[in-house]
Amino acid sequence: MITLTINGLNVSVEEGTTVLEAARFLGFPIPTLCHKEGLSPYGACRLCVVEIGQGPKARLVSSCTYPAEEGLSVRTASSRVIGARRMILELLLASCPQSKGIQDLAAAHGIHRQRFKQEHEDCILCGLCVRMCEEQMMAKAIGFRGRGENRSIGTPFDIRSDVCRLCGGCIYVCPACQLRCTYNEPEKAICGACANLSPPCLEKEGFDDQLCYMDPCVACEIGKD
Amino acid sequence: MRMLRSIDELRALHDRLIADHDASIPTIVIPAGTCCQASGANDLIRLAKRELLRRKLLENVHLRITGCHGFCEMEPSVLVEPRGTFYPKVAAKDMFRIVEAVARGEVVEDLLFADPRSGKPIERETDIPFFKGQVRTILSQNEKIDPIRIYDYIEVRGYSGINKALNQGDPSWVIEEVKRAGLRGRGGAGFPTGLKWDLLATQPNGTGKFLVCNADEGDPGAYMNRSVLEGNPHSVIEGMLIGAYGTGATEGVIYVRNEYPLAIKHLVIALRQAHELGLLGERILGTTFSFHIRLVRGAGAFVCGEETALIRSIEGKMGEPYQRPPFPVQKGIHGKPTAINNVETWANVPLIMTRGAKEFARIGEKKNTGTKIFSLVGKVRNSGLVEVPMGITIGKIINDIGGGPAEGARLKAVQTGGPSGGCIPAKKFDLAIDYESLTKAGSIMGSGGMIVMDENTCMVDVAKYFMNFLKDESCGKCFVCRKGTQRMYEILDDISQGRGTLGHLELLEELAQAVKDTAMCGLGQTAPNPVLSTLRYFRDEYVEHIEKKRCPAGVCRALITFSINEKCTGCGACMRVCPEGAIFGEKKERHVIDPAKCVKCGTCKSVCKFDAITVK
Repeated sequence: MITLTINGLNVSVEEGTTVLEAARFLGFPIPTLCHKEGLSPYGACRLCVVEIGQGPKARLVSSCTYPAEEGLSVRTASSRVIGARRMILELLLASCPQSKGIQDLAAAHGIHRQRFKQEHEDCILCGLCVRMCEEQMMAKAIGFRGRGENRSIGTPFDIRSDVCRLCGGCIYVCPACQLRCTYNEPEKAICGACANLSPPCLEKEGFDDQLCYMDPCVACEIGKD
Repeated sequence: MRMLRSIDELRALHDRLIADHDASIPTIVIPAGTCCQASGANDLIRLAKRELLRRKLLENVHLRITGCHGFCEMEPSVLVEPRGTFYPKVAAKDMFRIVEAVARGEVVEDLLFADPRSGKPIERETDIPFFKGQVRTILSQNEKIDPIRIYDYIEVRGYSGINKALNQGDPSWVIEEVKRAGLRGRGGAGFPTGLKWDLLATQPNGTGKFLVCNADEGDPGAYMNRSVLEGNPHSVIEGMLIGAYGTGATEGVIYVRNEYPLAIKHLVIALRQAHELGLLGERILGTTFSFHIRLVRGAGAFVCGEETALIRSIEGKMGEPYQRPPFPVQKGIHGKPTAINNVETWANVPLIMTRGAKEFARIGEKKNTGTKIFSLVGKVRNSGLVEVPMGITIGKIINDIGGGPAEGARLKAVQTGGPSGGCIPAKKFDLAIDYESLTKAGSIMGSGGMIVMDENTCMVDVAKYFMNFLKDESCGKCFVCRKGTQRMYEILDDISQGRGTLGHLELLEELAQAVKDTAMCGLGQTAPNPVLSTLRYFRDEYVEHIEKKRCPAGVCRALITFSINEKCTGCGACMRVCPEGAIFGEKKERHVIDPAKCVKCGTCKSVCKFDAITVK
């Protein structure tokens, strides 16, 4: 067992536990976007940062990936943590304003404005879908490609992957783009989300914009045109 | 090549090579690293060979092709041994004269290096101010070795370091010796090398440890590692051998970027020759010690220079960093303990063995021992590779070795440590170069890039340039690093276009601090440095861009105008080169620029001989 201090409280956890798990065990709330139980921790969204160490050596680390260490002193809500978290949320809001999850988190942290140029992106590249596809569905149909501002998620060569079973798992775990179609070209479709939608996409308004363009649609089995 | 079966055989080979070498025979040394070849060294080599053959001088004059010597400003150059005569910027037509003079034992006076202050010719390389101010423990070997001949390296006491280590027969002695020498990682962070090796040697799951040479040098304007690999690949191999003996590692990997074809070529040859001689592989020099090295070529991602991303890349996965701990020394390549050191660190290791830790630690300062190679580039007269003792001041490097500003303009700042380093203003040029002082000043040592800037450099533009580089080279895993660098670039772009507000500065600082705090790896944590350090030392320049919509250095195109002043003689040179036809005027009368048509390319300014183009 490893004993560490979180916000002044001692807690003993098993070896291999992450700081996030230890903090949640004690009931300290830490917001996350790219973390999901059952999937390996990745540390992409950085929302779960906590402060560790003392004095000039104090630093922020992502609690979802940092292993609990003997004698570690963790602060989950110091002013430095909150400041950094608010900046991350402001950046998220500036890029993906439509996401309900991000809006809720921003509201909870008292963010009332965002000062960057407004963008309308769908994806925050948290990689939950990639891990879901690989670790739970054992498919590895999608993955990351490119780096920096050209990074994106998709199938190899942007054509429908042979190993994709249209399970919709990727859409199910997505924290930013809930209930959205990934591609509007049938040969690039990588999800079967429409099959799991309720009500089915046909009955929704804005039919042409929102419908997935798979042909035939796996939900309604109606061939387009 | 006959395999060496014992330590004594290696020593005997060294002695035989020394005995066979007649140092009195004049040798023409032509550096032919990538930089030298680009400036025409290959032509010189061809001409020298042809001339030696034609005059049947092969017995009397030797020719040696080596790696870069460091004085890149004066390439292509020729060095003549044993006198040490240095000919800078040799034109192809002058090569014949040099060969002729060497054959007669003379010196071509008018081709010698001219002292910039007195104008007097200087014959010997070691008397030239650029070389005089340096302590070249590593780079000095470059001129003595043909990198594709292992015998050249053995002749200059190469592989005597591993010989000594094997002779001691105690791996822990090697680690203690490196610790005593006080060698710190030359890749930038300055972690004590001996300590890292000690950690590797004492790892509990002991089998199959890895040593890695990080040769993924990606900083713009830095090429120290390339020159060492091209000019002296065996020093790196020997360093790794010594490290492997000390730590018990059995596998070595040299991770070199594919953009360095010549370095790869020389490394491949060097590895093969070391194998053939029995210096690599199973049962090295007849002992029970075995070590293998393989080459992995990087596909050109800057982030792969970061330890954990490099490990991923070696494993064949996408090059992106992961959380430490576990540290690579606990769990590295394929989960095995791994120690990663920079090229320059490895090249220092044989020196520690052959010279002894005490002698090594005598150079430099107490906690910063040894030398460091910097690539001195930018607005400085003598650009090139300089090797200096740690603790030397920035001013000494730039003014004494570098020869001061290139175009006579006032120096403004120096950027150290590559894209994630910072700018140090001219008023701090008395700062000593060591890991701690540079970090305190808001920059980093980095792998050794040093970009000199003068008053014609706009600091906003510099920050924007580096942020542009980083937003492309961030791996994109961490949201803050990916989006943060993009947003910082966006704000800097706005400021340079005259759309900035004072609120932008505040936001920029806040964002930079957040990225620094929350990013996962070293790249992300240091990415805001260009912004933070320029804001810290050159805030007034930012404010001038924002409030007066003016770029004091005359760089940011949206904020400057070109006009023609009264010095204009009406020669028409600018009118002829203007790509937009924006310049009008009668012959011998003052011309005018139409601001509506002008695209501010600056071509007119570059051709005007009368300094008649004003940029405001």
